[in-house]
Amino acid sequence: MIVLLSLAWKSLRNRLLTTSLTVLSIGLSMALLLGVENVRVGARESFANTISQTDLIVGARGGSLQLLLYSVFRIGQATNNISYESYQHWKNHPAVAWTIPYSLGDSHRGFRVVGTTEDFYQHLRFRRDRRLEFAAGRSPQGVFDVVLGSDVAATLNYKLGDKIVISHGVAAGRGIADNDHADKPFTVSGILKKTATPVDRSLYIQLEGISAVHIDWADGAPPMPGEEVPAAKIAKENMKVEQITSFLLRCKTRIATLQLQREINTYKEEAMQAIIPGVTLQELWRTIGYAEDALQVVTIFVILVGLLGMLVSLYTSLNERRREMAILRVIGAGPGKIIALLVLESGLLALAGCLVGVVMIYGLSFVFQPIVEQQFGLYVPVQPPTPAGWIYLGAVVFAGILIGFVPAWKAYRNTLADGLSIRV
Amino acid sequence: MSAPAVVLRDVRFRYRSGPEILDIPELTIARGERVFLFGPSGSGKTTLLGLLAGVLAGYTGSVEVLGQDMAKLRGSARDAFRGTHIGYIFQQFNLIPYLTVQENITLPGRLQPARGKQAGDVNAVAQRLGIASLLERGVTELSVGQQQRVAAARALLGGPELLIADEPTSALDFDHRERFLELLFENCALTNSTLLFVSHDRSLAGKFDRQLSLVDYNRAQRQEPAAS
Repeated sequence: MIVLLSLAWKSLRNRLLTTSLTVLSIGLSMALLLGVENVRVGARESFANTISQTDLIVGARGGSLQLLLYSVFRIGQATNNISYESYQHWKNHPAVAWTIPYSLGDSHRGFRVVGTTEDFYQHLRFRRDRRLEFAAGRSPQGVFDVVLGSDVAATLNYKLGDKIVISHGVAAGRGIADNDHADKPFTVSGILKKTATPVDRSLYIQLEGISAVHIDWADGAPPMPGEEVPAAKIAKENMKVEQITSFLLRCKTRIATLQLQREINTYKEEAMQAIIPGVTLQELWRTIGYAEDALQVVTIFVILVGLLGMLVSLYTSLNERRREMAILRVIGAGPGKIIALLVLESGLLALAGCLVGVVMIYGLSFVFQPIVEQQFGLYVPVQPPTPAGWIYLGAVVFAGILIGFVPAWKAYRNTLADGLSIRV
Repeated sequence: MSAPAVVLRDVRFRYRSGPEILDIPELTIARGERVFLFGPSGSGKTTLLGLLAGVLAGYTGSVEVLGQDMAKLRGSARDAFRGTHIGYIFQQFNLIPYLTVQENITLPGRLQPARGKQAGDVNAVAQRLGIASLLERGVTELSVGQQQRVAAARALLGGPELLIADEPTSALDFDHRERFLELLFENCALTNSTLLFVSHDRSLAGKFDRQLSLVDYNRAQRQEPAAS
């Protein structure tokens, strides 16, 4: 066996060009497969890591998916708000470490405007333990200060000190002109660093800011002419926050989470619900994750093409090697050894291809990780192959060995037909 | 010594549905004999060697090599028998191109452990054949004459009882031919090997113990002269 292995190795080394081309083509397709696998894992983790260290998301009773979507991904809308009193109640609950309130419903040129508090900048975590940082400026100090997510600032080309107007409602594109809170413009006080999460695509003002722009509104309609309250007359102290949309909550101990969830869900004063983000995120991923399967099918075909290339190169080399086979036969190598030799060669090629693929994907991820994160907001981990990755690697080596039986069978037929009578 | 090196009785052979190539009623080669086998192209020389080496099967009659009935050996046993007891030299291109001289010479012993056990000193054989300085070289760097000596060294290492040489000198010029033959004789005497030397170059025949014209033994060719 060792003799054959060394023969196979030397024979491959002898055909260096074909060998390296074959290894390269298998390596490339392997790198693609592993790359897709890494992106899959990255996408899933980015998704699961859009929010971390939050034990519960709390909002008005309704669909749990809906609550997750509008609280974390800023998709869709809440049908009901919750009262500020209820929020205060849970905020001061002894089991609660911190909360982040969100007040939603306004927008600016297609980006959501989120009313929140200083807690947002202090406590929000994503990708395990990363916190929000400012690229410029600082958190809103006044009622009419606004902080921009990095995508918002980049897309709309805003800088510190710019004045912007927010609109009532969250319709995509420009809001309806009538609904503009044009009388109460906001000043950009800060711009957040990129987080590669939905945080980048929102604007953040104080909870009181939300109250301020709506102070003169009644029943969801703009003020009648003459009833407007000018911005100059509004001070934070006078603004009363009456309701918020939802809030994120962190328990002091993780054990308290389930207990607290039950308490919130059965709260008598107001119909509320609390969801565990990880659980609901998984539910959501299952519904949108089928696209990744399509991607995977394509890469599996790429692997098949790579392996077919190997088959072709081994098969075509056999005619030149008839002589070699006859020599091996005459010095005592039986058909079994001839077959083993070719199967070993093919297995070695597949193995080398896999190694090249792994090295390639390591190198590529290392080089391109920051770029991909910057450009696509996708954090692709540089890591050893995932369990699925190992399975692919094993499967390709196995397939390589199986494929080796095709030229091996042909070589075996050749040796039977040729006997010792080859004259080259 | 026991049984003769080769005994054929009523051997008939054809490739698939082709014409009969061999029909040999009786042929015996004694141990230690140096036999010169000749015959025109297509007289069945290479086919006969294939039968003796156990590479071709599907004949009728009996082929005994070194007392072993080849028909009684199956598959890998026949390969092992060949690898252990028979040395073989082709006309040319005897060597595996991607191995060094030394690796080529020692390959049979590594493929067949039984041959490996009897294998003598590679250096000694190489010395006797005048290729000791080439052992580390790649075989593609060698001249044809050197290649044939390496092939001889491989066939002789381990002292096989039967050495079959299929026109080993036809690619060599006259001087090299003479020298090669001498070396072959010397080494066969040393290991007491039977030599079956095939050639159509009758000028060499005189140096052998016995000349054997295949046409005289092979009825298939007598009735139906070489078709090719």
